[in-house]
Amino acid sequence: MNDRYDAIVVGAGHNGLVCASLLAKAGRKVLVLEAKDQVGGAAITRTFAEGYSVSACAHLLYQLQPQVRKDLGLEFDVSSEQMGTIALSPDGNHVRYNGNEVSGTSDEDAASYKDFYRRMTRFADLLQTYLNKTPPRLAKDASLSDLLTLVRLGFDVRRLGKVEMQEFLRLIGINIYDELVERFESGLLKGALSLDAVLGTHLGPRSPNTILTYLYRLAGSHGTISAPAGGMSAVSEALAHSARDNGATIRTGMPVKKIIIENGRAAGVETENGEQFSSWLVVSNADPKTTIMRLVSARNVETGFTRRVHNIRMRGNAAKLHLALDGLPHIKGIEKGEYGERFVVAPDENYVERAFNAAKYGETSTKPVFEITFPSFRDSSLAPTGKHVLSAIVQYAPYALREGWSDETRQAFLDRAIATLGEYMPDLKQRISAAEMLTPADIEKEFLITGGHWHHGELSLDQFLFTRPVGGAAQYAMPLDGLYLCGAGAHPGGGVSGAAGRNAARAILKREKAA
Amino acid sequence: MTTIQEVPQGRLKSPFYPRQAELDRLNRWHDWKGYSSADGFYDTTLEYFSIRNSTSVFDLTPMTKYRITGRDSLDFIDRLVTRDMRKIKPGRVAYAVWCNDEGQVIDDGTIFHLKDGEYRLCSQERHMAWLTAAAIGMDVSIVDETHDIAALAVQGPTSYSVMKNLGLDGIENLKPFGLMYFDFEGTDLMVSRTGFTGDLGYELWLPAAKAEALWDALFEAGKLHGIMAIGTDALEQSRIEAGFIAAYVDFLPADVTVRSGRSRSPFELGLEWLVDFKKSNFNGRRALAKEKRQGSTWRLVKLDIEGNKPAHHSYIFAKSGGRQKNIGFTTSATWSPVCKQNIAIGTARTPHGNVGDKLFVEIYYQREMHWSRVMAEATVVDKPFWNPPRRRATPPGLF
Repeated sequence: MNDRYDAIVVGAGHNGLVCASLLAKAGRKVLVLEAKDQVGGAAITRTFAEGYSVSACAHLLYQLQPQVRKDLGLEFDVSSEQMGTIALSPDGNHVRYNGNEVSGTSDEDAASYKDFYRRMTRFADLLQTYLNKTPPRLAKDASLSDLLTLVRLGFDVRRLGKVEMQEFLRLIGINIYDELVERFESGLLKGALSLDAVLGTHLGPRSPNTILTYLYRLAGSHGTISAPAGGMSAVSEALAHSARDNGATIRTGMPVKKIIIENGRAAGVETENGEQFSSWLVVSNADPKTTIMRLVSARNVETGFTRRVHNIRMRGNAAKLHLALDGLPHIKGIEKGEYGERFVVAPDENYVERAFNAAKYGETSTKPVFEITFPSFRDSSLAPTGKHVLSAIVQYAPYALREGWSDETRQAFLDRAIATLGEYMPDLKQRISAAEMLTPADIEKEFLITGGHWHHGELSLDQFLFTRPVGGAAQYAMPLDGLYLCGAGAHPGGGVSGAAGRNAARAILKREKAA
Repeated sequence: MTTIQEVPQGRLKSPFYPRQAELDRLNRWHDWKGYSSADGFYDTTLEYFSIRNSTSVFDLTPMTKYRITGRDSLDFIDRLVTRDMRKIKPGRVAYAVWCNDEGQVIDDGTIFHLKDGEYRLCSQERHMAWLTAAAIGMDVSIVDETHDIAALAVQGPTSYSVMKNLGLDGIENLKPFGLMYFDFEGTDLMVSRTGFTGDLGYELWLPAAKAEALWDALFEAGKLHGIMAIGTDALEQSRIEAGFIAAYVDFLPADVTVRSGRSRSPFELGLEWLVDFKKSNFNGRRALAKEKRQGSTWRLVKLDIEGNKPAHHSYIFAKSGGRQKNIGFTTSATWSPVCKQNIAIGTARTPHGNVGDKLFVEIYYQREMHWSRVMAEATVVDKPFWNPPRRRATPPGLF
């Protein structure tokens, strides 16, 4: 073995970097090992066609926790701030919303949306407090602070007031579809809000707990969307700078082959090229399945735990589309200045549910839904002058495609996506000079995420708080001394939020102090 | 039209059933994991004495049998159970216990290292779900061969003579917990020197198709050695004498308990000798290490009780500060004819139940409808009640 570290972080995803930076800030000698040549994990900017770059996986910032920014004094430039959302209609009568304002709907809808937004952001604030805490243990060996957190959770819910508390308890487990249909008339509004709730999940708007996923999206910045200048790498680079400034060592191009286990505890890591690094503290930014099944191996953990990890639902259902465009496509009813906004293709709530139907049976959506941005519109560094980039999340494209993912099935889905977009952007096709479609299978391969699920596990009530990633390991510590999880697979979950990384670092430091 | 294939319903019959039915005088059968298993055939006492004085034959076929093979079979088994399976070479058998992540016993059983990397796991209960979970991430195949393999336990002082008569050359070299293969009418007959009686004895395993032929040959070979078919009642008596524990009697499999505190760790079942912290990771290791540091709640006790009334379902008391304090209960009890002792296996709350402790069991018994109660003194012993030297002698003596 060569150098000994106080902590080794496996993977320089944004959570890994947050965790590494905080541990280093607390005076630990930290090594971060990243498999790729670039830090950031799924929050990176990369070239996809000559002269064109794009945020290759996550492409918008809406959840980065203020606590993370504050703790690390994080600074980076943004190209777009407070982006609005435009729900596209082929006839040009779009619905636009930003914050609690909505236009293009009836006055009743607009008023109802204000009320809906107020309530949802209030609930999201409640949720947010707990996203930034280690979930309390419920087991009989719960500590005093676990119990206090639980009591506080109960108290916070009660403090909403009787009516709001009842609403919170009614809504937290149900689907967003029912709530939207009850409140709104506008199909475009209902469609777009449905999409907000199900982005990146294997859920349709009529699936249970899609209110929870919607609240999760609002937690942090109330759904205010921004895009970093230079793409997502700007965030990751800023985090890497912070980690380095705090004294952490980051080595890229160092895929970890295994986590070394000695006498039932983590003792270091071994990289693919055979190098070994020792540390009594190994923090994995990889997803829980990769961490346990591949890096640790079932042999070193116990059967009940293996089974729970094995059963984590994490089959991605979102594809990522990147188009290199000769120029901005024409969209009926969209002003030139509006191309910096976020567009969605989700004409109504049933359209979104129908798109999901296919995924239930292992097929891609005939009519997919989209979240679209033109990042180059505000950020000229991403494309040659006068040319543009379209970046879109396209759903649904199930990881476990019945036919299996191949060049043919990927191409077929790409063709269908472009055809669907063509209904809104008639001249899109002739403007495309290069196209890239990342299916969940591609995302799994490129970003080393099991199932290509960028939340590292479905965000649902059974994989949330006390049971994320699995029961008995929800406090970042795995059932192997010295092994921790700091990625999206741990509480609270995915999105470029940094919460998991921050919570993990705090849990580790607290545990060390107790030991 | 689709035809629905007939599925077996009701109780299965062991491949030895036709032969057993011919001998059966009692017609007393019970269910053992889907099979008809006899309580007895003639008379429990008679059958019991065939175990201790001649040769008994017990049909083991309903015993759960899994064939475990594959590249990771050793890793799989070694992680499954608490003892070090690396030490169990091909041709050897290990008594083992397996736990869940909380270090609570799921079951005990025997693991036969049939050939290099090929194992058979035998237990009273079925465990496919747990084994399948334990196989996640490992290259291993688990096949339930319960129905395909017929098995007999041939136990008693003359069992070695019977084996010799059966023509099993080399059986004299078979040591306790060893296994050997013999040819029986063109098929492999596996014989292991194992059993549930605490006496000299063997277990015979072969494909179900040859079951009746083996039975016939065996009874022919044992004709002059007092061979007798036995049922569960007689076996139960002998297994208590041997100090062996049984699932659902002396402990509940952890995967079926509902209330907390109703399952047991190996330490609480007197199986500390099976837990090896020096080996690689195994299921329950963390929890068991913690229990070892902090102490267990329960302790298995073997009780030598005064009088002759079996202490079935009895509370155990200890004298504490001049008062009788309830500290546990018996789980198995019998009068031991061969030891002339009133014996029981029980569960006592620590720190009670140390070897040599004088405890009391509260025995209720009925005489002509009326119930009576005695408080009988019970001494905690550590050795099995019945453990004759012939059980270990190699070669065993010809009787």
